[in-house]
Amino acid sequence: MLMYQEKLKNITVGIAGCGGLGSNCAVALARIGIGKLIIADFDIIVESNLNRQYFFYDQIGLKKAHALKENILRINPKVLIEAHDVRLTSENIPTIFKECQIIVEAFDLAEMKQMIIETVLTEMPDKYIVAGLGLAGWGHNNLIKTEQFDNLFICGDLISEVSPEMPPLAPKVGIVSNMQANQVFDIIMNNIK
Amino acid sequence: MKITLNNREEVFEKDEMTVIELLEYKKFTFKIITVKVNGTFIKKDMYEKTIIKEGDNVAAIHLITGG
Repeated sequence: MLMYQEKLKNITVGIAGCGGLGSNCAVALARIGIGKLIIADFDIIVESNLNRQYFFYDQIGLKKAHALKENILRINPKVLIEAHDVRLTSENIPTIFKECQIIVEAFDLAEMKQMIIETVLTEMPDKYIVAGLGLAGWGHNNLIKTEQFDNLFICGDLISEVSPEMPPLAPKVGIVSNMQANQVFDIIMNNIK
Repeated sequence: MKITLNNREEVFEKDEMTVIELLEYKKFTFKIITVKVNGTFIKKDMYEKTIIKEGDNVAAIHLITGG
């Protein structure tokens, strides 16, 4: 086993939201052999999710947390997965993600992004949080970046907000979610002993 | 004063500013924003009381929908 694989095996990452960001980020981490994922989402899969989320047509109607667990285990059955079909709040986040060293913010709504970032910064300051911000539309590859603010990392273009004309779509959401996974990987290799 | 704002150096004429003054000056009047000063998260009700001065490291992150 290679050194990076040894290190990944002992890490637990929380995935807060199993939509475009969360499903793709979780799959990338599973493929490289992360030890454990704690995934959470209250939603069910609808057809419009399939333009970016790591689900299949025959999974429409299923709970996202359970379907994502199933998909990850088909890719890498060695990953431990705890799936929570729950709406995350500032009250339950510290409990659900207690054993995680790193939390991936993978919500859709700005209010929810703010809620989890502020919850981690105030209630769980020893953990890292990697957020996705600005992923609407297409193109502008060179505007996508990562900013660090202490234990908070933000991946995305930081400016493109979703609207009916500028939906979140597979290419850009895929880039940002995989940047989040790459940042998680980097934190594991360089920041966690 | 010279401060770091969102990882970039910026110079202001004033020697001190509150968080709310800084946000207004920079026209960061977004509804959903998270502010950190020197690594510490600043609650919204502390924006008027928190003073930013020379050398401070400020993050003002505008949160937008999409995921």
